[in-house]
Order: sequence, then structure tokens, then C-alpha cells
Amino acid sequence: MVTIEKFIELFEEQFDETPSVELKPETRFRELPEWSSLVALSVLSMIDDELNANITAPEMRTAQTIEELYNKIH
Amino acid sequence: MAGFNIDNISIRGIVSCTPKTIEENINYPIFQEGEAEKVIASTGIERRRVADNTTTAGDLCYHAAHHLIKQLNWEKESIDCIIFVSQTPDYKLPATSCIIQGKLGLPVHCFAMDISYGCPGWVYGLSVIASMISAGNLKRGLLLVGDTPTKFKNRNDKTSWPLFGDAGSATAIEFDNTAKPMYFNLQTDGSSHQAIIITDGGARNPITMESLQEKQIEPGIARRAIDSNMDGLAVFQFGIKRGPSITQQLLEETNNTVDDVDVFVFHQANQYMNEKIRKKLHIDSNKVPYSLKDYGNTSCVTIPLTMTVACENYDLMNKNNTIVATAFGVGLSWGSVLIHQAPLKYLAHIDYEG
Repeated sequence: MVTIEKFIELFEEQFDETPSVELKPETRFRELPEWSSLVALSVLSMIDDELNANITAPEMRTAQTIEELYNKIH
Repeated sequence: MAGFNIDNISIRGIVSCTPKTIEENINYPIFQEGEAEKVIASTGIERRRVADNTTTAGDLCYHAAHHLIKQLNWEKESIDCIIFVSQTPDYKLPATSCIIQGKLGLPVHCFAMDISYGCPGWVYGLSVIASMISAGNLKRGLLLVGDTPTKFKNRNDKTSWPLFGDAGSATAIEFDNTAKPMYFNLQTDGSSHQAIIITDGGARNPITMESLQEKQIEPGIARRAIDSNMDGLAVFQFGIKRGPSITQQLLEETNNTVDDVDVFVFHQANQYMNEKIRKKLHIDSNKVPYSLKDYGNTSCVTIPLTMTVACENYDLMNKNNTIVATAFGVGLSWGSVLIHQAPLKYLAHIDYEG
């Protein structure tokens, strides 16, 4: 599994427009103005393709911060 | 379940039929500034056909079937069975297949049956009608696959309305003991049935006054309990997992590789998801046709529609083609079929003349 720093880097790449604030483990990503359902799909598929790992849709929905999301990946 | 063969079946022709009314996603009023462009870029869906209030999936299929029978020069008396696959039948009862049998003037000895199915409906329906004809007692059949998802999607749900379009189709099936076997693999996960569901209006939750009330879920997302509700995230994840795995399994079970197949016709969900599936399978883009741009996701009709509007490169009316069709969706269910297709006698797309 990648480090959280690397995960944040990959997470940021999924946005069309670079997020207006610096992303940190405690960032509440759903509150970012650039967050959208399409970015969510992109993050899901990044976890699947690039990390070759799993997260279920309900697990993803309960994560509020990037760190919570990272910890739910298995 | 492992896959299965069905022998002695040839597809003779396919006609698809769509309503004339076009809705452009760029003009969809619920989108915020710039949102339409983004959605179009990721889904690949620019416009969709929408049936008016008086047109049903049954009408679109009837029109397609009428045209197809005429072009194939099939005597009506020679048609032994008709199957109608849809999630939007004309009535709760009787079956729409019976109505179409009557309208087409097919003989009373014709077997007619409806199958309730969404996105994988053409693949599932083909397995049923092919099984019936394979034994040789019934010689000819019509597989009618049609849906009008715009009748159960909410116009005020921006996560759903811009994706779906209406269409009907007819596929002519004939007993042919020289045909190579079709090979199917069909699967189901009913434990995830709530991922795509219309909760109210069936026997489980009959319609009440509350079913008809539109609820604002989030800005730009409103729906009623009689509208279709899709867990987009879960369905996306399901599609990118099951679409590639069932296709890969089918290829392995038939001792084929991607190179042995001329064309892969996938259920048209959206371009973003479909391209993920294509890339996971390492299929060259020139083997994967799309009808999304002008028609969107037409539920169970995406495969026959794509074959009629986006397969000119494969010359289906003049060449032998090895075709793999894979679909996934409501149920949840998914399936794949490999067909060694001889040249079709007829293949066309028509507009509905109501």
C-alpha cells in the first residue's frame, strides 16, 4: 500500500481543476468547491487501477477526510 | 455458473428504432454554468432521443419488427415466437408481446412472452429465444428489446436524466443447423438489487400519495419514489469490475483471445466507464463501437442499437464476424455472449413514425 503522502498526490490528480486549498490528511474533501460526483468516480477508479486495492461505495460515502478515506482502502 | 452453448441459431437481421425528438445535453436547464461541457466530456453523451407521452417501448419495437419482417420477406405465418424484453411494458397486464403479436398479425400458434430486464436484456433475451429455437421445432423468432427510461427517470435529476435515451429494436432469429454455436455466460447478484431500483409502484410498495411527491435530495437532484434511483458510485464500481471479468471469462472458456474477436459491443453506460472497461481488457479502440454520443444509455437496447448505428466498419451485412457482446446493469446482473456471425441479411436504424 502507498503512503498517505503518495495517496494525496494521486487523489489530487483526479481533479480537473487543481483544488484551491492545499490537500492534507485532515482535509474534508467533500467541502472542496472542486469536488463533484465525477471526481468521486475518478477517485474510485484510481483506487482500483493504480493502487490495485478496494473500497466499497458505502465505505467511500462515510469517509469525510482524506485520511479516513485512505484508512478504508483494503 | 459456467458458460453454455446454444447450437443451430443464426441472427438474420436487426432493426433499431428511436423517437424523432432530440434533447441536447448542452441545453439541459438544471446544469450550472460549465457543468454541461464537463458532463458531456466525461460521459460522451451529447444528445438523446426522447419518446413523447403517446409513444411506448412497445411502439418502437413494433415499428422495428414490422420493418424487419418486411425487409427479410418473412411470411408472418412462419414466425413461431416473439419475446419482448423491457422495463417499461405498455401495461401491468397483459404482456406487451401479446399486444405486438396481435398488431403485427402474427399467427395464433405464435408463442409470446415478456421478460422484465434492463441493461443486459438483449444478451439475456437472446439466450432465451435461442434456447427455444435451438431444438428445431420452432424455426423463426423475433427478439424485441425496447425501453423508454425517460418515463421513469426524473427530469429534475441531473445525475440521471442527461444519461438516458429511449429506443426499441427487433432481432430476427432463425434455426440454422449450419450455424456455429453461440456461447453465453450470464450472472446475477441480487443481493445488490437496491443499487438501481424504483421502490414504489409494484406489489411490494403500492403507489400512495407520497410516492408521487417529488423530493429534493440535493441541489439539482430531485426525484419521486416512482422514479428510478441509482447508486451511481456503486454501479460504476460494479461495471468496471464485472464488465471486464465476464468478458475475460467468456474469452477463456471459448479458447479465444481479444485478437480472435472482430468487434466487442459493450452496453453503453457512459464513455468514462466504458473506456475503463476497454482498457482493462486491452482491446484496441477500433474494435469497440460507441453509440453514446447521439443516443446515450438506452438501457437494454444499447447493443442492438450500437450494431445498427455504429458498426459500419465491420461490414456486418457482407462479412463473417466474431462478435462479443457484454452488458451489465439492473439486478444487478451481467452477461456476455460470443457469436460467430454470418453476414446479416438486413441491418438498419429507423426513426419512429408515430
